[in-house]
Amino acid sequence: MSPAPLWRRYDRLVGSDPAADVKDELRFHLETKVGDLVAEGWRPEDARKEAERQFGNILAVQHVGERIGEHMDRRRRLTDYWADALPDLRFTLRTLRRDSGFTIIAVVILALGIGANIAVFSVVNTILLRPLPFRDAQQLVRIVEKDAKSGESARTYTADATQDFQQQNRSFQSVSGYFAFTGPDNFKLAGNGQPVPATGMLVAEGFFETLGVQPAAGRLFRTEEFVHHAQPAVLLSYPFWKRRFGGDPNIIGRTVDLSDKVDLNNASVTVVGVLPETFDFGAVFSPGAKVDLFVPYIMDDFRNDGNDLALVGRLKPGVTIAQAQSETDSLFPTFFAVHKHPEYGKPYTGHLTGLKEYVSGKLRRSLIVLWCAVGLILLIVCVNLSNLLLARAAARSKEFAMRSALGAGRARLVRQLLTESLVLAGCGAVLGLGLAWAILAYLAHQGSIALPLLSMVRIDGAALAWTLLIAVGAALLFGPAPALRMSASHLQEALKGSGHGTSEGRKHDRMRSILVITEIALACVLLVGAGLFLRSFLRVLDVDLGFEPSRAAAVSVDYDDGGNPAKRAAIWQEVVQKVSTIPGVETAGISDNLPMSRNRSWGIAAKGAQKLTDKDFVDVLVYIVSPGYLKAMGMRLKEGRDISWDDIVNNRNVVVLNETVARKLWPGQNPIGRTAIAGGGATEVIGVIADVRESSAENNAEAQMYLPSTKQFQPEGSYLVMRSKLPPGALAMSVMKTLREINPGQSATEFRPIQGLVDRATSPRRFFVLLVGIFAALGLLLASLGIYGVISYSVTRQTQEIGIRMALGATGARVQLDVIWKTLRLALIGIVVGVIASFAVARLIASLLFQTAPADPLTFTGMVVLLGGVALLAGYLPARRASKIDPMVALRTN
Amino acid sequence: MDADKLEFLRGTLDVLVLKALVWGPLHGYAVTNLIRRQSDDALLVEEGTLYPALWRLENKGLLEAEWGLSENNRKAKFYRLTEAGRRQLRQEVKTWEAYAAAVAKVLGATHPPLPEEMA
Repeated sequence: MSPAPLWRRYDRLVGSDPAADVKDELRFHLETKVGDLVAEGWRPEDARKEAERQFGNILAVQHVGERIGEHMDRRRRLTDYWADALPDLRFTLRTLRRDSGFTIIAVVILALGIGANIAVFSVVNTILLRPLPFRDAQQLVRIVEKDAKSGESARTYTADATQDFQQQNRSFQSVSGYFAFTGPDNFKLAGNGQPVPATGMLVAEGFFETLGVQPAAGRLFRTEEFVHHAQPAVLLSYPFWKRRFGGDPNIIGRTVDLSDKVDLNNASVTVVGVLPETFDFGAVFSPGAKVDLFVPYIMDDFRNDGNDLALVGRLKPGVTIAQAQSETDSLFPTFFAVHKHPEYGKPYTGHLTGLKEYVSGKLRRSLIVLWCAVGLILLIVCVNLSNLLLARAAARSKEFAMRSALGAGRARLVRQLLTESLVLAGCGAVLGLGLAWAILAYLAHQGSIALPLLSMVRIDGAALAWTLLIAVGAALLFGPAPALRMSASHLQEALKGSGHGTSEGRKHDRMRSILVITEIALACVLLVGAGLFLRSFLRVLDVDLGFEPSRAAAVSVDYDDGGNPAKRAAIWQEVVQKVSTIPGVETAGISDNLPMSRNRSWGIAAKGAQKLTDKDFVDVLVYIVSPGYLKAMGMRLKEGRDISWDDIVNNRNVVVLNETVARKLWPGQNPIGRTAIAGGGATEVIGVIADVRESSAENNAEAQMYLPSTKQFQPEGSYLVMRSKLPPGALAMSVMKTLREINPGQSATEFRPIQGLVDRATSPRRFFVLLVGIFAALGLLLASLGIYGVISYSVTRQTQEIGIRMALGATGARVQLDVIWKTLRLALIGIVVGVIASFAVARLIASLLFQTAPADPLTFTGMVVLLGGVALLAGYLPARRASKIDPMVALRTN
Repeated sequence: MDADKLEFLRGTLDVLVLKALVWGPLHGYAVTNLIRRQSDDALLVEEGTLYPALWRLENKGLLEAEWGLSENNRKAKFYRLTEAGRRQLRQEVKTWEAYAAAVAKVLGATHPPLPEEMA
């Protein structure tokens, strides 16, 4: 074989052609064969026929050849492509390393943007997108009263109604529930050393089975453990088992000394099992709360206690919520609260909501807003990077002109640039993942944020896929703009020109200005949004709660009165009096319930001439208290007097109402001295206090009444509340000492500042404000960086021009003013666009605001001034530099 | 193919093509000629099977193709053994020899094998 002549090499210049290759190859074969046959003495026509005959089905062979050829061709192209990718990558890494300042800034900016996105996505994914961590979670529904108010009593049912429903329904595999009025630290676990408080949840039979939760060790409750006087049993939550028992597997089957602070049944209780680590009751049913142990809810013990079971059901396979709802609608009105007393209570209704929807439905809007905000951040990051890359492109235009002169095609250069942006985005994504991981690890352990499922937040497969998506998306978004710009540049101009002052430079400038305006507009939207949320939050904090949480603290008190009201009165009196004398304590009082924690409501009606019907009763939240409690909480007595020890000792049935109840029962009249029917009997109204916000600061004040702890009104647990100038930590020692003197069995419970309860109630809003605020700050920072970059670059580019102007007599101040004016113009356009967009966005988030108009002028003005100020500052630095230009130096160099 | 020509066993053509190319690059026509001449006209490679075999081997990376000029000064596609092709050839030759020896032993036997337990 001799090498093909030069021209032959260009045969397939326009691209390979496997079909033609095959034809050529076979034609060569036939012609050579014909030649050989002719040499043997065949006639040329016969020789050709003979050759073709010998070959056989030439078309079939040709077809096979084409197929194989195409296959190889495709593979070769792919190999070529990836063979190019490797040097591209190496080249990219080299250039990025050389330009380490740029690389670090770019990667950090990207990491912030991508990291924030991953973190928010993970939160959204956990709370909104992912199913609840139960088997076939879509079958689970929560059953509450129709148009349930925020009070838990309206979301719960009696034992009798629950049993009726369990027996009569046809739509559910199982229905169970839990006792909805559990306060924190309602149990006391004695053992070696001091007794410790524990939070226990009473669950009805089949609760864990309904959810599909399997124990990590031991077993679940058995049917015989749900009957009156059953052998007491307890299930431990995984963290409590780890913390309290060191994860000892031998604890199963052993008895522990566990007492219920409400009933004060001291008992040795058998630990029957440990729940799995993945089961977090609080995360699903009671955001922010931690539950340590579970005990059976024995229906017979609660028959006459009113509505207290929160119901959860698991639908049968194939039954829709709508079908179950129609059954519920026909069943519930037939249920009685108490079988023995059909006259009690109003007819029931039942509303089914998917458990997932029930748990996180309220948060959907907020989370989507958060998601959008963080998306905006990524957009700003991309715009910023486009800007940075454009600046770099200007500096590298000669390099690219040289490469394209050496034969690199436009597509090749674009590909190189995309490789670069992909590498940057990849590094940003890796760093961002680390950042997100840290943020989420922090969030997951914030018990003070009362968001459901938050403790289950982590980076999972979906989050990783999302990371990949946004990283590639970002790279495609910020990469091509400069790439297209650059490869369109005219070779010669770039090669010969210095790049300064040419039309190309100006075009670059215009594009960068547009990018900066976009950035400012986006940042403006973020800032206004954050401003509106912040203002709502401040409004929430400003709400008159009706009590003063700041200097009050509560501690759970243990005592043993043997169920005797007189003995309890004596103990309460002793506790309150002794604690009140501790230096630093201003006032003290006891209540069995704290605001913003648990909801328990009874009915109250004004006693009139005619017989009362159900309609006359108003649902009110109930607090059974000692004298001094109202004062210790900082509640304001409007009329009448507080409960006295006299009332308690003499079992006087008196009541203190809040204004809402007083207004409802006796509109426009003085309620003091009137008789109300409450708690099953006649009580005398002795005082009225200013309204207290109960479930949260954002809801309207709810109806409340305060009853003395008497024979008629039995407290459920007791919290000692103190008001003091001293911080709770300083008080704790002496108060605990006093409590132990009274009752050596007092468990070592923590001091809980009342402010903490309020903070917890406002925590979801604080969480959103904090995050949106951080995003807005980030957006502001990025936008100011963008402004700085553009103005600074234009000053550098115009050094010569400025030098000439100054040589011609322009003062430094004049030059400085020009540069600042240029900055202002950019900022103004951006702000105008941003404000218009903000109006639209504000309307969308209006429902999330609290006492704040979407077009709140103060917020808009404030944010515009802030943005303008920062923009000015970003422009001022380069402007100062411009004014310091020495004309002689500027003209000489360059 | 004529009935008295030897049929190729499956896979045999591949090893013959590889072997034909150990002497240097050849085009398809030369490959048939070489095999025919070296087998003293006993083996006649049909074009309809040769070319697909060449392409298949090229696709597998055992051969490399390049366009060049033939002896009669025409543009022809020349095939050359790659390193992988040489390795494959050595392997196939070994297998073939073992196979042939085993077949020869059976066919050349003059008496039945001894009963197994006595051997």
